[in-house]
This record gives sequence, structure tokens and C-alpha cells, in this order.
Amino acid sequence: MGFFLAKDGVNAVLERWRDDYLIYAPVRMAGGGPYSDTDSIQYGQIHRVEEIVYDQKSRYSFKEILLPLSQTLFFFTEDQIKEAEELKKGAIIFLRSCDLHAVKRLDQVYLQNGFEDYYYQRLRKRVKFVLMGCQKAFENCFCVDMQTNIIDTYDASLEENGDGYVMDNHCAEWESLLSKYSLRQLDVRPSHVTETNVHVEIPPGVSIDVAKSKMWDEYDGRCINCGRCNFVCPTCTCFTMQDIFYTDNGKVGERRRVAASCMVDGYTDVAGGGSYRKKNGERMRFKVLHKVYDFKKRFGYHMCVGCGRCDDICPEYISFSHCINKLGSAVKEVDGNDA
Amino acid sequence: MDTNTKLLKKNAFRVTKVRGVTASRVRVPGGHLKAEYLSLLQNIAETYGNGTVHITNRQGFEIPGIAFANMPAVNELLQPIIEGLGINQQESGKGYSAAGTRNVVACVGNRVCPFACYDTTAFAQRIEKAIFPNDLHFKIALTGCPNDCAKVRMHDFGIMGMTEPQYNKDRCVNCGACVKACERKSVGILSEVNYKVERYADKCIGCGECVLACPVGAWTRGEQKLYRLTLLGRSGKKNPRLGEDFIKWVDEDSIIKIILNTYGYVQQYIDPNAPGGKEHIGYIVDRTGFEEFKKWALKDVQLPETAEVYTPVYWKGVKY
Ligand code: HEM
Ligand code: HEM
Ligand code: SF4
Ligand code: SF4
Ligand code: SF4
Ligand code: SF4
Ligand code: SF4
Repeated sequence: MGFFLAKDGVNAVLERWRDDYLIYAPVRMAGGGPYSDTDSIQYGQIHRVEEIVYDQKSRYSFKEILLPLSQTLFFFTEDQIKEAEELKKGAIIFLRSCDLHAVKRLDQVYLQNGFEDYYYQRLRKRVKFVLMGCQKAFENCFCVDMQTNIIDTYDASLEENGDGYVMDNHCAEWESLLSKYSLRQLDVRPSHVTETNVHVEIPPGVSIDVAKSKMWDEYDGRCINCGRCNFVCPTCTCFTMQDIFYTDNGKVGERRRVAASCMVDGYTDVAGGGSYRKKNGERMRFKVLHKVYDFKKRFGYHMCVGCGRCDDICPEYISFSHCINKLGSAVKEVDGNDA
Repeated sequence: MDTNTKLLKKNAFRVTKVRGVTASRVRVPGGHLKAEYLSLLQNIAETYGNGTVHITNRQGFEIPGIAFANMPAVNELLQPIIEGLGINQQESGKGYSAAGTRNVVACVGNRVCPFACYDTTAFAQRIEKAIFPNDLHFKIALTGCPNDCAKVRMHDFGIMGMTEPQYNKDRCVNCGACVKACERKSVGILSEVNYKVERYADKCIGCGECVLACPVGAWTRGEQKLYRLTLLGRSGKKNPRLGEDFIKWVDEDSIIKIILNTYGYVQQYIDPNAPGGKEHIGYIVDRTGFEEFKKWALKDVQLPETAEVYTPVYWKGVKY
């Protein structure tokens, strides 16, 4: 059912939601950018609808809520362990279409990949999603080509419309609340974009042979293996484990899981001191092919959702979408090698 | 020809090699100006000068080849520039009111540079408003960060932007980028402890390299705008030397008050026989002792809690 709400109505709904949920949305962190006097748009808790930033893309994605960058899983003593507390409340996350498509990928990896990840499912089952309609694409978006520009698996949608807000609700338990605080009912279709500035073409003939292309070499020198492209990505799911022994009492401690990036040194370190993919071009290849080749081979659809955040953030102006578009000639190049 | 050279100099003109010919000195506080003023300068140089302009060391323009007789006409043409650049002036249309205190210079700052911790030009303009016009010989420079592109340690007052990095350990993924950046580009005071980062705050110079390096925004900049204030650097014939640290993590208001206080101190202690009424402040401090200077400089200054005052301060430098 769709609703039209005044701003006060939306805020009243948010207030009621907050009884049961923590509400997360992209917010403006004043002074939070890396340069002085610059802000950062990133996920934070909100109380009122005015705090939600619609007109800019968030630098980091919603992923940080489902998969915290650094998460304590349990505490241990010599003979006992204690699981870290679960959140007291559920969570409502405001996100865009590409990001909701990314949730499907996170679920694929953490829930439908042989076994369920305990810590992920514990949080995931208490999360609801509110879609933020996109009226226009941002600079580096390529959701249309990745077929992630439209979605209907949200619990609700919310966007500004005229002098109020429109919401499409799919969640039965919210229906009476929304009837109460809305001005009227109407048919709502969340906005979505149908055209983007950036286009990508993933050639059909990609195979593992493309690893032999020379196209990766340029990134040896250009990329600084900082990992920003992975940390901002809503579909990167890698983590590493850390066992910490407290400094006051070295026999007790905690286990954390922490986001990892295949671009950063240390990712391929193995017992015995081995380490692989030392060149940044090799890391770029691994990342790119994971996003638009290996994942699909395994699960039937591409990992990348075309949000463009990796392009937005790369300090070396390396464009992932541009790299995808070079795959076509790389495929031809390696075909030629074999002949 | 009868010309009072003392007044001419005070009016920001120069006595040059050629008799009867002067150069007009145009200051640009903070070194950043609207491009429209360039065409006004061009007009002055082509109408009354010799068609050339010298870019000065202190971020000004010197327009040479002007006949003494044309100084009033040049002053008229300078008026829109003087107004546009927010120069304090005693009488409109008469050019600059004093030329003792030198132009406040600044690196490009955070209008352009990613390292800069603040808007250097805006702070320079604020200082300009507070101290001009003034006949005493003061040199002040501002730089955005401890890279010190503006070479502020060569000045009486050097103002260096700092940022107090704030660490959010819940965001840190232990990638090591900040530790490496601080080690390689700065003072090397970050270390990994139990997969998180520790900062030896006492030695931090506030360069912000850690903030710039962090891929996840675990380091952010402190809310407060804070600075390092260096003191009494100088070039010149007698005893050139680099400015030394006076206060670290000091705020804007305190800096302005300290500069104003120093004008009082100089008026009190300047050598009455100093050539041209000018003496580098450092030589005065050498005479009175640092403690006397400090007493004057910090009078009624409410330093923020963050401030660390270095005392006593000793200078080195070249002695002939
Ligand atoms: C020559 C014998 C073995 C080799 C070369 C080997 C190699 C490896 C490597 C390279 C990893 C990945 C490490 C990393 O990503 O940091 C790993 C993980 C693992 N290995 Fe082995 N392994 C061996 C024997 C065993 C045996 C005998 C067991 C169990 C009885 C075992 C259990 C595991 C487990 C549980 C992990 C996953 C650890 C984790 O995810 O933290 N391995 N092994
Ligand atoms: C000369 C011998 C070996 C070499 C050069 C080698 C090399 C590598 C490399 C490059 C990776 C990273 C692959 C990637 O991230 O895509 C890897 C991962 C791994 N290797 Fe090996 N390996 C060797 C032997 C072994 C052996 C004998 C075992 C186990 C008995 C083993 C178990 C593993 C495991 C468990 C992983 C992690 C896989 C994952 O993270 O998905 N490796 N190895
Ligand atoms: S591609 Fe860019 S963002 Fe990614 S690791 Fe390299 S330099 Fe960093
Ligand atoms: S690879 Fe880049 S464009 Fe694709 S989902 Fe990740 S951040 Fe977005
Ligand atoms: S001193 Fe710092 S802020 Fe100024 S230009 Fe140099 S690097 Fe940039
Ligand atoms: S601000 Fe500079 S000196 Fe201080 S910790 Fe960061 S990198 Fe090191
Ligand atoms: S750069 Fe950021 S994420 Fe990496 S170790 Fe430093 S604080 Fe942690």
C-alpha cells in the first residue's frame, strides 16, 4: 500500500520505529571528510527524516551495518568463551536500489554458500530495508547496465515528493502505523533511473585466460594498493580474524573479525610466510574478475552492482568501470596469443 | 626635484636606481586574489610604468618604471585593488597608508591543497585587518600544514596549520596505511598494538598524513582549528636564523592577540636609533631576554587547554 506523508508524519513514524529498531541512513558527517573543512556522507543513526542525505551518494555503503568493519565475536578466558552481545534492537536501513541488490550478494555469500554464518544471520534476520528512490544517477553510477536500477524486495520505500513524502509499504506490520500518520493513500512507485553517464560492457568471452593479458600491467604502477575500492564496495565480503590477548592479562582476550581487502598487503599471507599476487596489477585483476567473472560462474549473476563507489573514491583515479570496458580487447588479445 | 623619500616609502613606493623613477608595491594578503585585479595592474604598468611587473617574494606585485610625478595618478588607479583586497587604508585614493609591516603571506591552503588544515588566505586576511596599517617591521607567514611550503620559519611569526587526528577504533581494519604514512612521511609515532593503532600524542605534529592515508575513515580531523606558532626567524645580514617553536596546538584568537601584544613590546624596546626606525624583532628579544618578550606577548592571552608553550626558547643561526 502506498502513502503520502507530511514531514511531521514521517518523523512520527520514525519515532515509533525507534522503539523497536535502530534506524540507519546516509547522513552528513560535518568535517568528516579526509580534507579539512570537507564533509563525509556515510551511514549513521538518524532520528529525523531531514538528516537523511538524498542528493549525494554515500562514500561508504550500508554494508558496515550488516558486516561491521571491526566486530568482536566472542570473548575468551582460559576455559570459557562468551559470545558478544547481540544488538538490543533490530535495524532499519535506508538504501538505494543498487545497494539493496548488494544485500542479495551478501546473503548469497554469508547465508547460501554451504552454511549460514552465525553472526551475520543473527543480525540479518532483524533488519528491514527502506528503499531510497533515485531520481537521477550520480557521476559514476552504472546500475542500469548491471540491471540493478530497479528492485521491489524492499520493506518500504521513501522519497520526497512535492511538499511531502511518498512511501510504498510492503511490510504488513507497519500498515496500521502508516495509515495513522499519513495524509492519504495513493499508488506509489519508487523512482528509478533508466540512464547513466557511465556504461559498461562485459564481453561474453571472458575466461580465466584474460589473466594473461597485458592490460593489468598498467595498474602495477598506478594502484597504491590502499584498498579503498574494496572497503567502500557494498558487495565485498572478505574478512580476516584477529585474536587479541589483553595486555593486562595475557590469558584472556577476544576474537574479532575485521574487513579485509584483496588489494591490501597481507591478504594472501599464509602460514610459513608465503604471499601471493604481489603486484598491484595482479590484485586489480583478481578484484575485477571476482566482481564480473568468478562470482557469476558460481552463482549465476554478477557480484558488482554498479554503484560506482570504487570509482568515486580511488585516490589514483583508477576507474573500475573503465577497466571492465577494456576486457573486450583483452579477450581478443589473449585469443590471439593462443593462435 | 624635492621629494620626501620617507613619505614616499611609507606610501609603498620605492627609491630605485634611476633618479626620479619609482616602483609601486602592491600587496596581496594571503596571496590569493580575483583575477580581475590583474588587468588593473596591467593597466597601471602599461600606462605609467615600463610595461613590466615583478612578482615579489612576499606575494605582491612591484610595478617599476613609474615617474615620481605620476604617483598620485597611480594611487588613484590602485584604489579598487586596495578596496577589493580588504586593505585597511587611512584616506581613500591616496594609496597605501604604511609599508613597515610586510605583507602577510600564505601558501595556497585548503582552497586547493589536500594537505592544508585550514583556509590560509582567510586567516591571513583576518591578521591583515587586525594589524594594518603599521610602520613597524613585522613579517608574518601562514602555511597550511607542517610541510611548510610557505617557509614560515623564516618569519617573525610563523603559523603552521595542525590537525589533531581523532581515532575511531571501531572503524580500523588494521591495514597499516597510517602507520606507514606517519613513519615514511612524518615523525613515525604510530604503532600497531593488538591489531589497533596507538599514537604517541606528545610527539604528534598534526600533519594529518594518517587521516589522508586511512581507507576507511577511522582517522578524522579534529573539530578545532589549531596551529603551531613559530617565532622570530629571519634572513638578512647580521644573524640569519630559523624560527623556533613557541606554542603548539594554539588557536587563532590567541595568535592574533600575541601579535598585537608584540607591537606594544616593540614600541617599548625598539632601539630609538635603529636605521630607518626598523629593527628585526629578534634582535630586540636578544637584548631584553626571552622572558621579557614572553611576558608581553602572553599578556591577557587565554590559551586553549590544548596549548603547549615552549620555554625557554633558544635560537641558533649563522654568526659571522
Ligand atoms: C600440510 C598440511 C596443511 C597445509 C599446507 C594447510 C594449508 C592451509 C592454508 C594455506 C590455509 C589458509 C590460511 C590462511 O588463509 O591464512 C589453511 C587454513 C585452514 N586449515 Fe590448513 N593446511 C594443512 C593442514 C591442515 C589440517 C591437518 C587441518 C585440520 C585438521 C587444517 C585445518 C585448516 C583450517 C580449519 C583452516 C581455516 C582456518 C581459518 O579459516 O582461520 N589444515 N590451511
Ligand atoms: C606449492 C604449493 C602451493 C602454492 C604455490 C599455493 C598457493 C596458493 C595461493 C596463491 C593461494 C591464494 C589463492 C587465491 O587467493 O585465489 C592459496 C590459497 C590456499 N591454499 Fe594454497 N598453495 C599451495 C599448496 C597448498 C596446499 C598443499 C594446501 C592444503 C593442503 C593449500 C591450501 C590452500 C588454502 C586452504 C587456500 C585458501 C583458499 C581460499 O582462501 O579460498 N595450498 N594457495
Ligand atoms: S584501485 Fe585505487 S582504490 Fe583500489 S587499491 Fe588501487 S589505488 Fe586504492
Ligand atoms: S565493484 Fe565498484 S561499482 Fe561494483 S559494487 Fe563494488 S564499489 Fe560498486
Ligand atoms: S604547506 Fe601544506 S597546505 Fe600549504 S601548500 Fe604546502 S602542503 Fe599544502
Ligand atoms: S598527524 Fe602526522 S604526526 Fe600525528 S599521527 Fe598523524 S601522521 Fe603522525
Ligand atoms: S589506515 Fe585506518 S584502517 Fe588502516 S590501520 Fe590506520 S586507522 Fe586502521
